[in-house]
Amino acid sequence: MLYKTFKGGIHLQTNKATDKKKIKPLPLPERVVIPVSQHTGKPSTPIVKLGDKVKTGQKIAEAEGFVSVPQHSSISGEVKEIAHYPHPVLGRDALSIVIESDGKDKWIKRKKHDYTKLARSEIVEIIKNGGIVGLGGAAFPTHVKLSPPKEKPIDTLILNGAECEPYLTVDHRTMLERTEDIIKGAKIIMKVLECDRCIIAIESNKKDAIEKFKNLIKDERIEVFTLKVKYPQGEERQIIKACLKREVPSGGLPMDVGVVVQNVGTVCAIYDAVHRDIPLLERSLTISGSGIKEPQNVKVRIGTILKNVIDNCGGYADGVGKIIMGGPLMGIAQYTDEVPILKATSGIIVQTEDEVSIEEEQPCIRCSRCVDVCPMRLLPCEIANYAEHHNFDKCEELDIMDCKECGSCSFVCPAKRNIAHLVKFAKNEIMSKM
Amino acid sequence: MEEKLTVSISPHIREDISIRRIMYSVVVALLPALFFSIYIFRMKVLTIVLLSIGAAVGSETLCQYLFKRKITITDGSAVITGILLAFNLPPDSPFWLPIVGSIFAVVIAKQLFGGLGYNFINPALAGRAFLMASWPKIMTHAWEIPTHGTLSGIDAITSATPLTVLKEAKGILADPLSSAQSIATAKQALFQLGSKTSLSNLFFGSVGGCIGETSALFLLIGAVFLLVKKYIDWKIPLSYIGTVFILTLFIPTGINSLFHILSGGLVLGAFFMATDMVTSPVTPKGRWIFGIGCGAITVLIRLWGGYPEGVSYSILLMNCATPLIDIYTKPKKFGVVKKKATTEENTKEKERLG
Ligand code: SF4
Ligand code: SF4
Repeated sequence: MLYKTFKGGIHLQTNKATDKKKIKPLPLPERVVIPVSQHTGKPSTPIVKLGDKVKTGQKIAEAEGFVSVPQHSSISGEVKEIAHYPHPVLGRDALSIVIESDGKDKWIKRKKHDYTKLARSEIVEIIKNGGIVGLGGAAFPTHVKLSPPKEKPIDTLILNGAECEPYLTVDHRTMLERTEDIIKGAKIIMKVLECDRCIIAIESNKKDAIEKFKNLIKDERIEVFTLKVKYPQGEERQIIKACLKREVPSGGLPMDVGVVVQNVGTVCAIYDAVHRDIPLLERSLTISGSGIKEPQNVKVRIGTILKNVIDNCGGYADGVGKIIMGGPLMGIAQYTDEVPILKATSGIIVQTEDEVSIEEEQPCIRCSRCVDVCPMRLLPCEIANYAEHHNFDKCEELDIMDCKECGSCSFVCPAKRNIAHLVKFAKNEIMSKM
Repeated sequence: MEEKLTVSISPHIREDISIRRIMYSVVVALLPALFFSIYIFRMKVLTIVLLSIGAAVGSETLCQYLFKRKITITDGSAVITGILLAFNLPPDSPFWLPIVGSIFAVVIAKQLFGGLGYNFINPALAGRAFLMASWPKIMTHAWEIPTHGTLSGIDAITSATPLTVLKEAKGILADPLSSAQSIATAKQALFQLGSKTSLSNLFFGSVGGCIGETSALFLLIGAVFLLVKKYIDWKIPLSYIGTVFILTLFIPTGINSLFHILSGGLVLGAFFMATDMVTSPVTPKGRWIFGIGCGAITVLIRLWGGYPEGVSYSILLMNCATPLIDIYTKPKKFGVVKKKATTEENTKEKERLG
């Protein structure tokens, strides 16, 4: 059977060892570190002081402007510190609020909403106040995506259940364990966007999730699409192309072609915020890789320290070489395990020393493998050459800004060139000049 | 814990593939043709090939040592150059010929430009062109008739290469002063060349020719291996051979198209030399153009040029055109419907990266 897909991309060993493991809630952490910047956009501003007593779900930092979200305390306890702490994504210390648990997990007062009785703007407000961002990894504030301008009507909502990164199975598990909630969440989003088509897009290696959705959907506006197993199938542009054959214009956004894409985990968070009045303060993630004793899926409070999570998963195996936050293709290697779990942390992959081979770079042999796999149809080898020689004008001529940093090019390169890295470096240089 | 952690950039996994693996696969793919050649022409061929490889690898090591570059002879690329150069020599070559050719190929055409990846023409072909220009007699007249029994059981039809016979025969036919008898011989020769027996000889390998180009069959065995492994791209050989086939179908050449495909170094060139990654375009469209260009120039040289064979010059010429082809065949990037919202997203990106 021919599944829907896009052109280019790579076939990976999926290593989804944890896809049968139920999401396990971990015990409450004793301490959480909540950075004020966990999202794309302006960092939030702390609204608590040292020594303040906070409850679970209480807002502790306020959003700065439209493209920003607030932060909430994920446990109850006392504000111990507002200081700079290692940040897993920024790669440096960043302002964070440290809360020590009182062990009671006392919640703020919540009230249930009936979304059908809420106005669209009220729902968006709840989502914004819930601090919700894209949980797939990009961490883009969700309320921004759900507020397209009038002149860009949305006709299709795509729920991204592709989960194309190897090892990660948390979306798969979420789809199995919270199927109904996802369907309800989809209806909320459809109401907000005033669109009457929803596609749940899932890669063909998650047959059970596909079946479950098909059985439970009682609404002909919602369909399930089976996608080919290929990386980066979960990338917004590629999933839109696969489902609808539409190409998001270069430099544009999905809303330009009438589409909004939401990760399935985000949809659950939206459901929790709207239905149950729970802000985003916990998330599920996959802990896997050969450097982990007991790979599994866990649910943790945002701000839990990575090391504690690992300790709760039976600890490290011998000879840890690398800790990756996110998937092995786009994730970020950590220099310490004292970093907090963020809203957009979809997984932690620990590699052993043997797996961490830093192979020597050789000159490009122009084999064109990178060209063949680039999902954005760029010429990665040429861009990398120019980037290496700091010829950024040429890089721009070769459309470097369209690169989505998926890493497919580096993955296939027989010369082991760090193409994606060179591209990223050149992009930063170009942007800093703008 | 901390000090043991590797911090490197994504992606954190790489495909199990290396330059060395690709290069040695090409070497393996050339072996069937080499063994067959040894079977046909006996051990002399093996000596030539070994001398050629030795000279290529040796001069590469020396160059890298002198230029203070990293010694990379184990990557296998010099071995390929050595084999391919030998494949392009007559089986009766004097032993110094492969040595001189390989040294030229590696030193002048490859290392002086910066080594593997930086050379813009195929080293083996450059070596051959150099030998051809310097010692044309040896390069074209040292043919030996295959002496052993042949696969098809029929003895060789000519001691000259089929393409040379074709050229000479057509020369006789075109000359108004040719005697009636020589015209008859020429016609007879043409008829023989285009016959089924001749074609099957070309395919299975029992005609005069360079070391590596006698048997299309054994070359194809290796080529299929590379195609299946995806180490070479099918677009170039297909468009190359396709172009030769179609052109010779429509231009009256006095002989059928199959003859043109199977004779000379076309199969060797199309599958093993035109596909040299370093010197062919990286864009999909560029590869089509590259193959078509090679095909057209080959036919041009064979029909109207001064040499009986045009494969190596056509590839060399297209090698030179490769940078230009790449520039003009840049793929259409994803989402070029309309230009819009660029600044909006750029500011967002900027915000994200702080
Ligand atoms: S994959 Fe690597 S070696 Fe091949 S063309 Fe791209 S950069 Fe060059
Ligand atoms: S150039 Fe960018 S978009 Fe293309 S494969 Fe490389 S990282 Fe992905």
